[in-house]
Amino acid sequence: MFHGWIGSWLYLADEEFDELCFEFGLELDEITSEKEIISKEQGNEKAEGASDVVLYKIDVPANRYDLLCLEGLVRGLQVFKERIKAPVYKRVTPNGEIQKLIITEETARIRPYAVAAVLRNIKFTKDRYDSFIELQEKLHQNICRKRALVAIGTHDLDTLSGPFTYTAKRPSDIKFKPLNKTKEYTACELMNIYKTDNHLKHYLHIIENKPLFPVIYDSNGVVLSMPPIINGNHSKITVNTRNVFIECTGTDFTKAKIVLDVIVTMFSEYCENPFMVEAAEVVFPNGKSYIFPELAYRKEIVRADLINKKVGIRETPENIAKLLTRMHLKSEVIGDGNQIEIEIPPTRADVIHACDIVEDAAIAYGYNNIQMALPKTYTIANQFPLNKLTELLRYDMAAAGFTEALTFALCSQEDIADKLGLDISATKAVHISNPKTAEFQVARTTLLPGLLKTIAANRKMPLPLKLFEISDIVVKDSSRDVGARNYRHLCAVYYNKNPGFEIIHGLLDRIMQLLNVPPGEKKGGYVIKASEGAAFFPGRCAEILARGQSIGKLGVLHPDVITKFELTMPCSSLEINIEPFL
Amino acid sequence: MIIEAELRSTKRWELTAEGEEIAREGSHEARVFRSIPPEGLAQSELMRLPSGKVGFSKAMSNKWIRVDKSAADGPRVFRVVDSVEDEVQRRLQLVQGGQAEKLGEKERSELRKRKLLTEVTLKTYWVSKGSAFSTSISKQETELSPEMISSGSWRDRPFKPYNFLAHGVLPDSGHLHPLLKVRTQFRQIFLEMGFTEMPTDNFIESSFWNFDALFQPQQHPARDQHDTFFLRDPAEALQLPMDYVHRVKRTHSQGGYGSQGYKYNWKLEEARKNLLRTHTTSASARALYRLAQKKPFTPAKYFSIDRVFRNETLDATHLAEFHQIEGVVADHGLTLGHLMGVLREFFTKLGITQLRFKPAYNPYTEPSMEVFSYHQGLRKWVEVGNSGIFRPEMLLPMGLPENVSVIAWGLSLERPTMIKYGINNIRELVGHKVNLQMVYDSPLCRLDAEPGPPRTQGTA
Repeated sequence: MFHGWIGSWLYLADEEFDELCFEFGLELDEITSEKEIISKEQGNEKAEGASDVVLYKIDVPANRYDLLCLEGLVRGLQVFKERIKAPVYKRVTPNGEIQKLIITEETARIRPYAVAAVLRNIKFTKDRYDSFIELQEKLHQNICRKRALVAIGTHDLDTLSGPFTYTAKRPSDIKFKPLNKTKEYTACELMNIYKTDNHLKHYLHIIENKPLFPVIYDSNGVVLSMPPIINGNHSKITVNTRNVFIECTGTDFTKAKIVLDVIVTMFSEYCENPFMVEAAEVVFPNGKSYIFPELAYRKEIVRADLINKKVGIRETPENIAKLLTRMHLKSEVIGDGNQIEIEIPPTRADVIHACDIVEDAAIAYGYNNIQMALPKTYTIANQFPLNKLTELLRYDMAAAGFTEALTFALCSQEDIADKLGLDISATKAVHISNPKTAEFQVARTTLLPGLLKTIAANRKMPLPLKLFEISDIVVKDSSRDVGARNYRHLCAVYYNKNPGFEIIHGLLDRIMQLLNVPPGEKKGGYVIKASEGAAFFPGRCAEILARGQSIGKLGVLHPDVITKFELTMPCSSLEINIEPFL
Repeated sequence: MIIEAELRSTKRWELTAEGEEIAREGSHEARVFRSIPPEGLAQSELMRLPSGKVGFSKAMSNKWIRVDKSAADGPRVFRVVDSVEDEVQRRLQLVQGGQAEKLGEKERSELRKRKLLTEVTLKTYWVSKGSAFSTSISKQETELSPEMISSGSWRDRPFKPYNFLAHGVLPDSGHLHPLLKVRTQFRQIFLEMGFTEMPTDNFIESSFWNFDALFQPQQHPARDQHDTFFLRDPAEALQLPMDYVHRVKRTHSQGGYGSQGYKYNWKLEEARKNLLRTHTTSASARALYRLAQKKPFTPAKYFSIDRVFRNETLDATHLAEFHQIEGVVADHGLTLGHLMGVLREFFTKLGITQLRFKPAYNPYTEPSMEVFSYHQGLRKWVEVGNSGIFRPEMLLPMGLPENVSVIAWGLSLERPTMIKYGINNIRELVGHKVNLQMVYDSPLCRLDAEPGPPRTQGTA
């Protein structure tokens, strides 16, 4: 969500802006306003007096952290349209003393990394300040993985006095006045208070139940923050803050550095010396000291013909260098005239391989300007034999008067066990560890429950109901690499005022005829033999033996099974594994 | 035709029972007038007369009578004129005498409104001999019988005509499920284009093949419990191709093959976690790995259509399981232009010709492009698929040669089917709650034919 007329920043009408977004790989979802949103969700009356300021709902590619705020988005599009040149981001050492953050070894087991930087003489306005806060929130949700990997703290440096210490302490030993509270609380108390906070409650699990909580102090013992939960109120930034101290703590060092780079590259625009970022020193427990932000520019050399070949275009190296420069990747032709040297700025952490550079060249060239061609790849097509057999059988099952059902592969334990009179341990079912509802507890081990549920949902249909499904079931199998495997099953049911065993039996005979399996035990034929099964009415169940192995069962369903699936009529069924017939 | 009958209808005016009475006795108002003596009549008494109520108000509005409210024993009615002309009676007598045409349209309709006159339509048939006029009687036959055929009697027998407006009797038959009919067509398209079907009969997959092999980092949101179904039993994959696993680990954590990598601590236990595959790309990864082991490299075109699983919030367009369609081409020197060319051919076979490509982000393809087609009904561009060139960080650890590119695209089977059959809620298409009547009634799937009228709720 972006405030204000982005289109007008770029002097573009809405349609042109929409077109530009598409070309650049953004999705302009909607142009709206706070008023419109409230009126849609809660009605016109509630929207009375809400802001009319135009909002752009734009979907940004998940790896482009540099486009998450208005500042970066406009900058990116301005460079793309060649209205401005990409700024150069610089880390500068202060004239006075450098801000220092010292990490103690206690942090090692909970949140070992920290980076820091200073935005000096920044000038916020209401809009800039809001954007600054919003960017942090977006980064927290996105690359920071809901603060688990990285948490950001921004502070009014003028209220603090360095050097700062990043340490970990027992929660009962941490006491401070947190952001927007009027009194001091211990960390234990805060964890309780925030349990009911709709925003913060989602982050508590990251440190909850840990013996030590991470905390940052200044040299006077003022708490800057208790990452990843909350900042202190003392160093709270406002629209009037002039000097901002930024710290990012986390469990992923790479991502912490990227997050810091993104924040400072985006908002150093508003510093007295635009795009200049004041360095901070971070001392690690091993005594080693690092200067942040990294703001590293990396150089890659890619041959122009490689880019041409990967995209399928024929551009001169000079033109390709121009295309890349428009994508915020300053490039020039070097060496033999076919090499392009590309400078990857600290804002483009997403560029990690030449293929990322190739994509940017293609975007700047315009995907829809690329000449389409058919590959000359000559191949002979083959069907997967199991699917080929399935397709053939499906048609003849329908020709035999049975209608195809399509049921879910996931179901409840009850469906495959209790309702069929089985114990779940006898099913060899695979179990899902994180189902949101009982419908997704296990993968089905039989197709029968799905067909019976289909009948239950269609009881108003004229009888008889004749259904079939040919699909996969899943069981545990320790001979497979993942410890489980699929089997392709064929299941059919007949539901009517009479059980119709002869109809299901006849269907089996027809299936065997189709598969060219003769009746009788000899010559790889098939027979059915009296058997038992929890799901079947006693004396009305037979095992199907074909090609010397048991392939399934058929019979009249047990009244308990019929009742448990909320059915009222007799029903006979057949279920076989078709893999032996490949 | 034995006889012909011609309808001849006529209309005439008739008096109603009340009309007859008035023609005989005079109108209510005239009767009221006549019943008032010169010394007047108490209004209450007048109202008790049979014609009192109607006649009083009509006589008042005709100004034939007046009411004196100041009389000592209550209001009293007096004549105003000496005699009256009873027009109503006269007109009705005219109609009675068969001279209704002498009355104006307005006068007739006034009398009709007073329910004294009605218009009667008299229907008569003029009967004459028909072309097949006969005086002998014979019954019409309903159907041709074997006896008639053998005896030849059908030649002389009349047959009852059929009602061709009646519906036929639908054949007793089984039916294929519409979604799987569409699946058949997609298979057919791939086979026509020379693509070989990949095995996908393994719903359970390790995180390694589902994510790590695709260069999807271990902290990626898709690997969250909120998005993916993980397994409690069997919780971990028993075997992984360890040589390859090490190359994947190195590429993630340190980079290599020209990549910076993601620079994080890659964990084997994370890769071992079993799950329900979230995409069929895991099967594509296995197929490409097998392809990479074959030396020398031979170009390949692969496809698959099968179920995938997401631990998503369910709504009208999302279910926890759906079918994914995937196409893959591996060859030397494939370009983005080739990808677009293949997509154009593929979508043309679906009857979709207006395509546009948008840059996008997928963890395992770069470049990536979303495919949009212009939807005539919605009058906007809608996303119809996702595509890209697999990242070298995915292909090179498998052992594929460096100059081999692999282009790929994917889409769901449900979405085009819902559009094809005009279904708005995915639950009306997939699962045990579908209405079997919908399955019985679903037409052939002809993807490149013009769509028919959208199915309405009523036909379900």
